[in-house]
Order: sequence, then C-alpha cells, then structure tokens
Amino acid sequence: MANALDPHAAIVTTAAGETDGTLTTADGRPLARALARSQRRAKRRAFLLVLPLLAFILITFVVPIGQMLQRSFYNDGFSANMPQISAWFANNPRGTPPDDAAWTALATDLQASAEERSIGVVGTRINYDVPGTRSLFTSTGRKVRRGLEPPYKETLLAIDEQWQSPQLWSAMRNAATPYTGNFYLAALDRTRADDGSIEQVPERQQVYVMLFMRTFWLSLLITGLTFVLGFPVAHLLATLPMRKSNLLMILVLLPFWTSLLVRTTSWMVLLQQQGVINDLLVWVGVIDNGQRLQMIYNRTGTIIAMTHILLPFMILPLYSVMRTINPSYVRAARSLGATSWTAFRRIYFPQTLPGLGAGALLVFILAVGYYITPALVGGSSGQLISNMIATHMTDTLNWSMAAALAALLLASVLVLYWLYDRLVGIDNLKLG
Amino acid sequence: MLDNRAGDAFVAFEHVQKSYDGQTLVVKDLNLSIGRGEFLTMLGPSGSGKTTCLMMLAGFETATHGEIRLAGRPINQVPPHKRGIGMVFQNYALFPHMTVGENLSFPLEVRGMDKAERDTRIRRALDMVQMGSFANRRPAQLSGGQQQRIALARALVFDPELVLMDEPLGALDKQLREHMQFEIKHLHEELGITVVYVTHDQGEALTMSDRIAVFNDGRIQQLATPSELYERPENSFVAGFIGENNALPGTIEKLDGDKALVRLDSGDLIDATAVNIRESGQRTTVSIRPERVEFKSELMPEGAHTVEADVAEVIYMGDILRTRLRVADSDNFVMKFRNTAGQTRLQPGQKIRIGWHPQDARALDPV
Repeated sequence: MANALDPHAAIVTTAAGETDGTLTTADGRPLARALARSQRRAKRRAFLLVLPLLAFILITFVVPIGQMLQRSFYNDGFSANMPQISAWFANNPRGTPPDDAAWTALATDLQASAEERSIGVVGTRINYDVPGTRSLFTSTGRKVRRGLEPPYKETLLAIDEQWQSPQLWSAMRNAATPYTGNFYLAALDRTRADDGSIEQVPERQQVYVMLFMRTFWLSLLITGLTFVLGFPVAHLLATLPMRKSNLLMILVLLPFWTSLLVRTTSWMVLLQQQGVINDLLVWVGVIDNGQRLQMIYNRTGTIIAMTHILLPFMILPLYSVMRTINPSYVRAARSLGATSWTAFRRIYFPQTLPGLGAGALLVFILAVGYYITPALVGGSSGQLISNMIATHMTDTLNWSMAAALAALLLASVLVLYWLYDRLVGIDNLKLG
Repeated sequence: MLDNRAGDAFVAFEHVQKSYDGQTLVVKDLNLSIGRGEFLTMLGPSGSGKTTCLMMLAGFETATHGEIRLAGRPINQVPPHKRGIGMVFQNYALFPHMTVGENLSFPLEVRGMDKAERDTRIRRALDMVQMGSFANRRPAQLSGGQQQRIALARALVFDPELVLMDEPLGALDKQLREHMQFEIKHLHEELGITVVYVTHDQGEALTMSDRIAVFNDGRIQQLATPSELYERPENSFVAGFIGENNALPGTIEKLDGDKALVRLDSGDLIDATAVNIRESGQRTTVSIRPERVEFKSELMPEGAHTVEADVAEVIYMGDILRTRLRVADSDNFVMKFRNTAGQTRLQPGQKIRIGWHPQDARALDPV
C-alpha cells in the first residue's frame, strides 16, 4: 500500500479485494482476466457473424487484386518455357554477343517448347516488347518441331533472318527473369535500352503518360463541374420544405434508377450532329446547317455524359451536410453586418466543406476509373486510361501491362486519398 | 412617463401586419413604441407572433403591411446587415468552424476595422462577460452557459444600440438561467443599450424587463410594467398567463363606477373591480391572485362579501402553504399564505369562509 493513511485507498482495497497491487474479483481472480472471460463469448459470436463477409472480401477482393498486382511485375511466359537460354543470359552480362552456346541453348529451348506447344506463350511474351515477333516464334516453332541440325545459328537464320536482330536478343534477355519492372517502365512510356539504361520510347509511341494526364485532368474537370452544378441543387434540397425536396430528390436519384445504356443512348440522341440540340441551334439560327457542332464521340461527349452520371455522388454528401447546417448561422452573420455574399463565403460555405470533400473525393475516384461511358461516347479523344487497360485485357492480351497500368492508377488514387487525409482530414468526411 | 416615449420612440411598429400564407395573419395590427435604453420583453405562448415580430425587426422577415422605424428611420427596405442590430439566438448560433476570438472578430472584420482596434474590442467584450481566457477555444469546447456568454459578447462587440434576444436562455438549466438573467440585466444597465427580449417564460420576463408586451393570437394583449401586469391584468388571458390565478365565472349583478357586484354561477355574491365591463347583466370572469385571498375575517375589509370554501388539500412548500379549495363549483381554487410561526394550519375537509379586498378581484372578459 502506497499510502496506508489515505482513507480513499482503504476503501478501494476493501471494495475490489486488492492483493499485491492487482485488482481481483470477489472470489480472488484477477479482474482483467475475469473481464476478458466475460466478454469472450460476445466477441466470438460477433466474429462468427462477420466471418462470411470477411471470407467474401478475401476471395473476391484481396486475392484477385493481389494476383493482378503480381502480374504487373511477374511474368514467366518466357523464362519458364525457355530454361537454357534463360540460364545463358543469367551467366553472361549484358552486351555479350550471342556465341555458339547461346545459339545451341536457343535452338534446344525452341524445339522443346514447340513440342510442348508452349511456343505461342513465349512468342506472346516477346511480342509485348518487340511487336510482330509472335509469328516469328510460332513459324520457327512449326519448322523446328521436325528436328534441328547444327550449326544452329545458320539453321535458325536460314529459317528467318530476324533471329539475329539485337532488339530481339535484348527483349529475350529482359524476359529471361520472371521478375521485371519493365511493364511499369512501359506504362510510363519508358523502356530499357540495349545497354540497360532507361530511356523514353519514341515520341509516336508515347501514349500512357498522355492518357494518365488526360484521365486526371478530365476527372478534375468533371469533379469541378459536378460541384458547380450540384452545389445549388443540394442547397435547394436542404432548404426546401420536406414535400417539395422529396420530389426534387427523386429527380436527382432518377439517373441511378435508369440503365447506364439508356442514359448514354439519350445523350447520343441529344448530342449527335443530327441530334436534338444541334437541330434546335440550327432552327434558332445560332449556327449554320453546315457547321453543326461535334458534341459526342469526342472529349466533350465524355465530359457531358460523365458529369451527368456522377452528379448524384456530389449532391448527396453535400445535401446530407447542408441539411444539418442551422439557418440561424447565416442569420447571425447577417445580423452581425455581413452581406449575403460574405455570410455565404465565410460562414455557410466552410461548413459544407466536409460534404464537398466527400463528394469531390467520391466523384474524382469514380471518374478516374470510369470505363463504359468513355468507351461509348468518347470517340478517340475521349478515351481514358481505363479504356487502355481494357484494351490490354481483351485485345492485346497483355495482362501484365494492364496490371501495371491498373496498379499505377490504384497507387495514384491512394496518394490522393493520403493527401486529402493530410490536408482536410479523413474524419471530416461525411458521406451521408 | 412611459407614455411620453411614443413621441421620440427609438423603435416603433406602426400598424404592422404579417402573413406567411396570404390567408391567416400571424401578426395583427401591431403598434408598439420602444424607448431608447429600455428593456422590453415580448412574452407569449408559442405561435403568438412574438418571434415573428423580432424577426421583422431584425430584417429576416418582411412586414406584409405597416412600417417599422428605428431611430426615426423607416427600415422596412433596409437589409439586415445594414440595420446595425445585435442579435442573440436561441441556439447561440456561434460559428462552429471559428474560434471564440474569430467569432467576435467577424462583425468587426466585415466593418473593415483594423487588427489593433479589433483586438482591443474583442478583449473588452470578452472581459465584459468574464470569458477573457477563452479566445482560442472552439464553441464546441464550451459549456452551454459559456456559449451563451460568447453569443452575448458577439452581439455586443460592435457596439450596437439595439440588441435583440430570441429566448437566449431557453437551453440552460434553471440555476444558470437565473444567474444569466441577472448578468444580462446588469449589462443592459451598464451599457445603456436598448434590449428587445423574446421569451415564453413569464418569470424571466417579470425579473428582467422595464416593460412587458404580452402577445397572444397575433396581438399585444397588454403592454405594461411587470408590477402593473401582475397586479392589474387587463384581460383574462393576461391574468391567466402571468402568475397563478383563480378564475371564477359569473354575471354582473350591479355596476357602480368601477365597483361591481358579481353573481357567481353557484349563486354566491362577491365584490370585484370592473375592468373591461360595460354594463350589468354581462358575463364575466373574476380573477383573484392566490396570495390576495384571505380566510381570517379580521383581515377582510368591513362588510365584504365572503364565499364558503372546503379545504381540499394543503401542500407544504416550505416558505408558503399552498391550499387547494373547493369554491363555487370549482375545485381548483388556490390560496397561498406565508408559513409564519403563528399561522393557522388548515386541515383537509375543514370548512372556511374566504374573502378579499374588492380591488384584488378583477372582473374581466368571460373566458
């Protein structure tokens, strides 16, 4: 006992049955353990209740994303099927011209791979780096399956002159290790030169950085537009009497209840060159019949349609915050001498920031990953990075490239989220 | 003295009417003059139009008809921010995203005051409400009473001549409320400002005001000093709304000047002072305060009419004894007398006779 004379301490001792400094229950068990035991059952039951969700998230979310991320830096299409030439690359430094051992290893691997019918996979992997080489592998494969005679170099060159291309050998060297950062380099319009240094790809092949920039810029623009359009609507919703605001709310939510395709089709009807808006403008005389505006199948179409689709995501968080702002704040500001504009700017608007932050973050993140709408109404100038990812998934079948692009997208969104947390604070987020 | 104020009124409502829906009038023909430096309370039940009047004065509602003048100048078309009226709101309306200091700085900033001047005034205003060390706190970190003080300081920091208060103490507990009543009254006297105060708490109105305007049904029922209002209510609504009141319905038997003889519905005859009575035979409600009822014949005036009463219940309240009586068909007639050493203790079931001075029984309009 620290202070035997302290009357309060004495009371605590008798009440809790204190022995040698730890609190115990009436029958002498340590208090902390008794508490844990009494709560264990409830904890176990709570855990069992969320277990299905946990399993679902693990199977459908964590594992696929992990797999996808792995593909972006791991591809064994070449190294697993061409073990001998891969070993030769490992033993000889970059810049070593292919010697007899190399040609022998290549020929052996090609033959084995052709027999196992995995030559297509190998060709696809090299094709990522040197376009047009898949057919080189498959056609050579068909020929070497019948048998291959030394000298291998001459035999292979007899089949196709391309086999001595330094670019091809460089690509094979890059593919010889399953772990590679080359997909990320490619996703940033960079490539590894023959000497191993990193350089930009030729200008006419630079697409990804431009697409990333365009995606972020358009997402930012769309976020801004939804704010400009959504803020007054949210304010109206929050201030109108309940009956009227409910009606208006239905109009806001209507896009949610309409099929995406129907919505997009209506935009086509409205915006196309022979569409309603152009007809109207020509009829009013604003534009000439020959100068009909191109408002769809380009960037404008993407912006208009995406702004429309993402508008509710801005309005709803703003509305939920605005509804809680007591009108007496603005009245107080007015009575203190502020004009209505000052009262709005300094009193009302700052209080809507949690809703605005939530809405902007929501709209921006959704816009960055949007795919269907740009694909339908974006033409070529309205395509976003997601459309490129989709192309790699379905057309070029370069899943590693798609994974690298998606990983970069994911990383940049996370960085933005982190920035938001630092600047505004995630606790200030109000989604509803 | 009070009547003289109408001529050089600081705030004047003239034939003001207000309707929100174009079908019913919330405020019906309001005429009210408030003198400079006066503490006027608008008292009334909710929906009586008192807050609407305050909002019209502040500029948040427009009068449908009539004119409101401030210091002789019509202000119907003046926007709220140009009226220079300080206002304390029911929920304080302290800006939650600003510190206490920034809250107080706001009215000074929008007036384009420089930083040094602002700081002096903020410090002075905070000291005035004994909150000098709280400038860097956020409103959410303050208790209700502290927020109330800050709201008061903010309404006063730009030296308005007129301060409006809309039930400012409604959210505080009883003890704090009584303390703040005293402080607001004290500030009013010290600064010499004009205060228009809205409340539905009659105790608050009686303690703080110079004059009280009792609102009901969109009209001022009576405008008078607290004592006048309590002791000489002009109609049954005011009598019933201010303080505790016994109401006895009856008919005027005889009218002689302001002396009236009233035949209660039970047949008893009582004396009363006629207030808004024009002729005998008219229906009336006689209003008597519980503390003015006597049951000892030596305390009643010579020849006064008395009424028989049954003691139904005696409630011991410490300083007073509250006795519920059955009088003239009503079993809710209340009599209060002080709990002094020699006081007669009544027992339930006891039969007594009660009476009063005729000027304490006021014959008002029938309810």
